[in-house]
Amino acid sequence: MATTRERDAEQFGVTLPDVDRFRWLLGLVVPAALVVVWHLLVATGVFAAHQLPEPIRVVGTLYGMGVSGELWGHIAITLQRVFFGVILGVSVGIVFGTLTGLYGLASDLFDPLLQSLKNIPSLAWVPLFLLWFGIGEGAKVLLIAVGAFFPVYLNLSTGISNVSEDLIEVTEVYDLGRIESLRSVVFPAAVPSLLVGIRGGVGLAWMFVVAAELIAASQGIGFLMSDGRVLARPDIIVGSILLFAFFGNLSDLAVKEVETRVVDW
Amino acid sequence: MSSTGERTLAVEGLTKRYGDTVALEDVDLAVDEGEFVAVVGPSGCGKSTLLRVLSGLEERFEGRAAVDGVDVRDGGSDAVGMVFQEPRLLAWGDVRENVAVGLPADVDRDEPAARDRIDRLIETVGLDGFAEHSPGELSGGMAQRVSLARGLAYEPEVLLLDEPFSALDQLTKYEQQDNLLEVWEAQGTTIALVTHDVEEAAYLADRVVVLGGQPGTVEAVVDVDAERPRERTDEELMAARRAITDALGV
Repeated sequence: MATTRERDAEQFGVTLPDVDRFRWLLGLVVPAALVVVWHLLVATGVFAAHQLPEPIRVVGTLYGMGVSGELWGHIAITLQRVFFGVILGVSVGIVFGTLTGLYGLASDLFDPLLQSLKNIPSLAWVPLFLLWFGIGEGAKVLLIAVGAFFPVYLNLSTGISNVSEDLIEVTEVYDLGRIESLRSVVFPAAVPSLLVGIRGGVGLAWMFVVAAELIAASQGIGFLMSDGRVLARPDIIVGSILLFAFFGNLSDLAVKEVETRVVDW
Repeated sequence: MSSTGERTLAVEGLTKRYGDTVALEDVDLAVDEGEFVAVVGPSGCGKSTLLRVLSGLEERFEGRAAVDGVDVRDGGSDAVGMVFQEPRLLAWGDVRENVAVGLPADVDRDEPAARDRIDRLIETVGLDGFAEHSPGELSGGMAQRVSLARGLAYEPEVLLLDEPFSALDQLTKYEQQDNLLEVWEAQGTTIALVTHDVEEAAYLADRVVVLGGQPGTVEAVVDVDAERPRERTDEELMAARRAITDALGV
């Protein structure tokens, strides 16, 4: 393909601009079109403004809340919950993932239980956590940690137990010993799986934070959302959704960036 | 180095079964210090199994397999290094780190002396300037050289090579074979190489053990007397190749 294009360029004596560099802009075309359609649908009265506000009103609301300072407290507390929840969930996930990945006994003991717990929907935990831990920050952080835990646990556990037998044989032939072979072969080989797990965990953390904040919070983006419903302010609801989308994407990109930097092989 | 007067590598009456399948039956093999022995045989004759037994990767077998008089099940395999059919490198390490995997356990890899040794080995296998490259950036032949350097770093009594060049194109294969001979002559390592390539066996080895059939048994032992350095078209090599081919029954 490239060669054909180069040949064409030579033939006509022109140099084509390097289009590939701007390719990512294509990803903005459809969302931008949707915003336009959204605006038109509301402007022409297909959707009533009290159900779906115009895009510009959503932006205006967010901007207003930003200027008044009200918005930042909500964002900060949500980010804080997600952050601590992810730290806790990923840490516990690493511990259990490593144990079950390395030791058959640990896997036999814990894996069946954890495999079935992972199928419990996030909202199902909420009443129990409220009962146990009250409506404080602890309950929310724990709930988010539950979400972040499972992908890390599942990926790391299989990542460690599936390290290539070929490489294990190398460590045996060269008598690396248990500790050294873990340090220089097994754990590095499992790093890509761990990062895939963390990425999934961060994604689920955002789902769980909504669950936590919708039901029992007096601050946070999720609270803002349910407040928007109570106040019949669709602009606040849509604005909150956009905030979740924005920060969810941002954190995903961040983990992805770490992934490409660390796993450069 | 064999203080006990034993052969460097001694295999007697080796039989290896996988369930009902007999991979090797009553195999004898003896390799002296500094000798280059090739084991040739068709696919499925148990060539690789033989190396797996010697390197301690297979612990259940009948008969005797010893390195320097020490049974491979009693730590004799610790004196054996292995170059596998595939390079089997650590993708996350560079060439230097990969070679360092072979360093004996009691050597501190961060010591300057160890570093120098690694760098010299990298040079020996002809990879000067590639110490900081990652395996993903190397060609198949270069990766296999890293694997060879890793085996040498281990300072083994015997270096085992399991069809190390079978995945390479003809030209690269010739280069690698000559490089292996240079390394062998420079380091004086005892080598046992397994291959299905008759030409390769005759060109490289002092002695060629022909395994045949299923289960694998020793069909013949062919001495290759051609003087070194050898020409690939040497009359004596041709004769050795004919003898090997005859023993294989082809």
